[in-house]
Amino acid sequence: MSDDKQVNNTRRNLVIATCAAGGAAGVAGALPFAASWMPSERAKAGGAPVVADISALEPGQIMTVEWRSKPVWIVRRTKEMLEGMPRAEGKLSDPGSDVPMQPEYAKNEFRSIKPEVLVLVGICTHLGCSPQSKPAEDKAEMGADWTGGFLCPCHGSKFDLAGRVYKGAPAPVNLEVPQHIYLSDTRILIGEDKKGA
Amino acid sequence: MKKLIAALRLTRANIVLSSAVLIGSPAVMASEGGVRMDTAPINQTDVASLQSGARTFANYCLNCHSASLMRWNRLMELGLSESQIKDNLMFGSDKVGDLMSVSMSRKEAKQAFGAAPPDLSVTARARGADWLYSYLRGFYRDPARPTGWNNAVYENVGMPNPLWQLQGERVRVEQAAKGGDGADSAHGAAHKSFKYEMVKPGSLTPVQFDETVRDLVNFLVYLAEPAATSRRQIGTLVLLFLLALWPLVYLLKREYWKDVH
Amino acid sequence: MAATDKPPVTGTGSTALDGLLTWVDQRFPLISSWKAHLAEYYAPKNFNFWYYFGGLAMLVLAIQIVTGIFLTMNYKPDSNLAFASVEYIMREVPGGWIIRYMHSTGASAFFVCVYLHMFRALLYGSYRRPRELIWIFGVLVYLLLMGEAFFGYLLPWGQMSYWGAQVIINLFSAIPLIGPDLSLWIRGDYVISDATLNRFFALHVIALPLALLGLVMAHLLALHEVGSNNPDGIEIKEKKDARGVPLDGIPFHPYYTVKDILGVVVFLIVFVVIVFFAPEMGGYFLEYNNFVPADPLQTPAHIAPVWYFTPYYSILRAVPPLFNSQFPGVVAMGVSVMVLFVLPWLDRGAVKSIRYRGAHFKVALTAFVIVFLVLGYLGTEPITVWGQFGSWLGNADRATVVSRICTLVYFAFFVLMPWYTKVDKTKPEPDRVTH
Repeated sequence: MSDDKQVNNTRRNLVIATCAAGGAAGVAGALPFAASWMPSERAKAGGAPVVADISALEPGQIMTVEWRSKPVWIVRRTKEMLEGMPRAEGKLSDPGSDVPMQPEYAKNEFRSIKPEVLVLVGICTHLGCSPQSKPAEDKAEMGADWTGGFLCPCHGSKFDLAGRVYKGAPAPVNLEVPQHIYLSDTRILIGEDKKGA
Repeated sequence: MKKLIAALRLTRANIVLSSAVLIGSPAVMASEGGVRMDTAPINQTDVASLQSGARTFANYCLNCHSASLMRWNRLMELGLSESQIKDNLMFGSDKVGDLMSVSMSRKEAKQAFGAAPPDLSVTARARGADWLYSYLRGFYRDPARPTGWNNAVYENVGMPNPLWQLQGERVRVEQAAKGGDGADSAHGAAHKSFKYEMVKPGSLTPVQFDETVRDLVNFLVYLAEPAATSRRQIGTLVLLFLLALWPLVYLLKREYWKDVH
Repeated sequence: MAATDKPPVTGTGSTALDGLLTWVDQRFPLISSWKAHLAEYYAPKNFNFWYYFGGLAMLVLAIQIVTGIFLTMNYKPDSNLAFASVEYIMREVPGGWIIRYMHSTGASAFFVCVYLHMFRALLYGSYRRPRELIWIFGVLVYLLLMGEAFFGYLLPWGQMSYWGAQVIINLFSAIPLIGPDLSLWIRGDYVISDATLNRFFALHVIALPLALLGLVMAHLLALHEVGSNNPDGIEIKEKKDARGVPLDGIPFHPYYTVKDILGVVVFLIVFVVIVFFAPEMGGYFLEYNNFVPADPLQTPAHIAPVWYFTPYYSILRAVPPLFNSQFPGVVAMGVSVMVLFVLPWLDRGAVKSIRYRGAHFKVALTAFVIVFLVLGYLGTEPITVWGQFGSWLGNADRATVVSRICTLVYFAFFVLMPWYTKVDKTKPEPDRVTH
């Protein structure tokens, strides 16, 4: 009788040990397959930061560069544009940029590092369409007290000249300001804060 | 004893397999047309050698050849930083995350050389380290060729000597055939023997040149399979695990099979 | 409500699990399948080394399917992108090189297991009545496996991929009348091209794997219908105990599940050594010339099929052109594989297992193994590998002469089998199995 128990115990322990080792082997074996779904080097290279050269950007102009397959706008704001911005503040959902749609250094009244240069990801925070630029002069379409900004054609969300969303728009938050850093007065690295090599 | 026999039997497939390898590898890797190959002293763990080889590759090969299956930033695993790669190895406006392609278009290259210089990303796997090592050291001056160069390993090659400034210029002189009586004509004809004479020395001594080519070939072997070193490391761990698992499953089998017989 | 007479499942040690399994069993033949194929499938207790390879072949099939699926996630079946996409997997996809090497090693491992598995059948007469259909399904699996390997080999789009496919498909053009049109139809173009690559990709990834899975299932069902053979070649079902269980039988589970686990671990050790330390296997598993992208304008000096096709390739090469056609060689190559189908009816021996056969059969089988290996080796080399005979034999290549002799012996093994198995002086078979 006790012999049987012995045999059963040995058997049970060996089965448990083998199952445990086999389970470990199974998990280890699954690792390369799961890892293969992580972004490949090609995908990571595609996501690398881009340099925007703003030497030819005139006051009042917008240029668009592509970063991670998204449009990034760089706006050289004029003095008039900057002076007009505070007038819109009462109509904005998040005038103080409390929701973190921008890095710390862009959490200010202009949502930028330098007041005259605005960097925004040009994708509406509602459902992803790319808004259109609507200058302050466009009062016929945008209304008498329009101070300039962007209008999303898909569902009508409005943003001001710092990318801040108007109240009543379907878009919930301000346009995203990407990480960026000035390599020089005329070159901005978009997608990264630190001067990597 | 029975266990030993059982264990040996399980390796029978092994023996069948290894004899297949010993009989002989397929033709491509063997000496071409009887040219004897020097053994390339490859060491994939010698990081300094690989870095030196990378520099030689960038300076002397990438003008015409691409390595477009390899990304520049992968070279960081040779212990180089991004800025070192960008400053010392990359010329032009490529980003460090780009592929190592070449500026010369294939059409231009074909016009210049008759055939587009092949991409070198996996050449070391196709030709083998010994072939590359012998080839790169096998150039000699030959006025009969359009480039002015010929090669002892690859006869009438279309490529000029990329490393001539380092190696110098040498000519090939045919020596009298060995085994003078010429009884077996078939064998005698195949074994011509040559001597090389340095006509214009290069910037490196022969020993230094051999070391430079050794490092370059070392790098080419790495380029063809960058994962090779980690492959062996991971393989060692997996093998040790399985070798530990083997006695465990054997004990499990033996325990159950006590019931039988 | 599935009211059945089936007893509830008990004994798993958990009432919840018992309940779940009972619920399933009332709606699905769970317990009856478990019993019929595992817990109460009685296999002979004297299985030896040669009996590991069927299960191992199934393991390799699973490995190939899983690694194949993950390769397909990153491979590009386009003649301009294919070669680079394989290197992309090797270099840029995390863990990609492991998956690729497992798949390439698995392909060769598959054939090693299948050849040893088939050899077991030759040793012990496992193709004999009443197991002819198991054998036929098995030969069909073998044929489909060769097709699967052939289609898969084009995918890396290297020089060997391209020219190997070119040569083999051109063989079809040797068929009288319909040949050239048939080759054109297979290729979808005048030469191997993107069209060919795309259709071979579809065949390799889904069509043949589905067919293979179906045939493997048929192969197992046919086996379980009749019961396994054994190294003594005697029928264990002829001697049963009072409960109907063969006296020399043991339930497959747990005895052979536990033994096969051991076999799997040993197999994996060999597999892992190759995958991680010698994936090219001296150029036999990953051919060196296939690291050169396919070039339709440059034929390699030496085209050889992968090692597992070389015996048949040697037979093809051994047959000289007859009536200005290479067709007889193609026929010989085809017949050399197809003859396997009729093996059960060629063998007239009084006993099944080599253990009780006489000298005739032993000599014949030994000769067959030798010529198969020699033909296999010669197929990997250029025909000039052994030099030439002197003018007394017309300066013929030695390898050609040897291949021809080996081809004759290969066919003789089958053609003469009805005679030599009949006159073979066999020994009496035992009553009960031995080890």
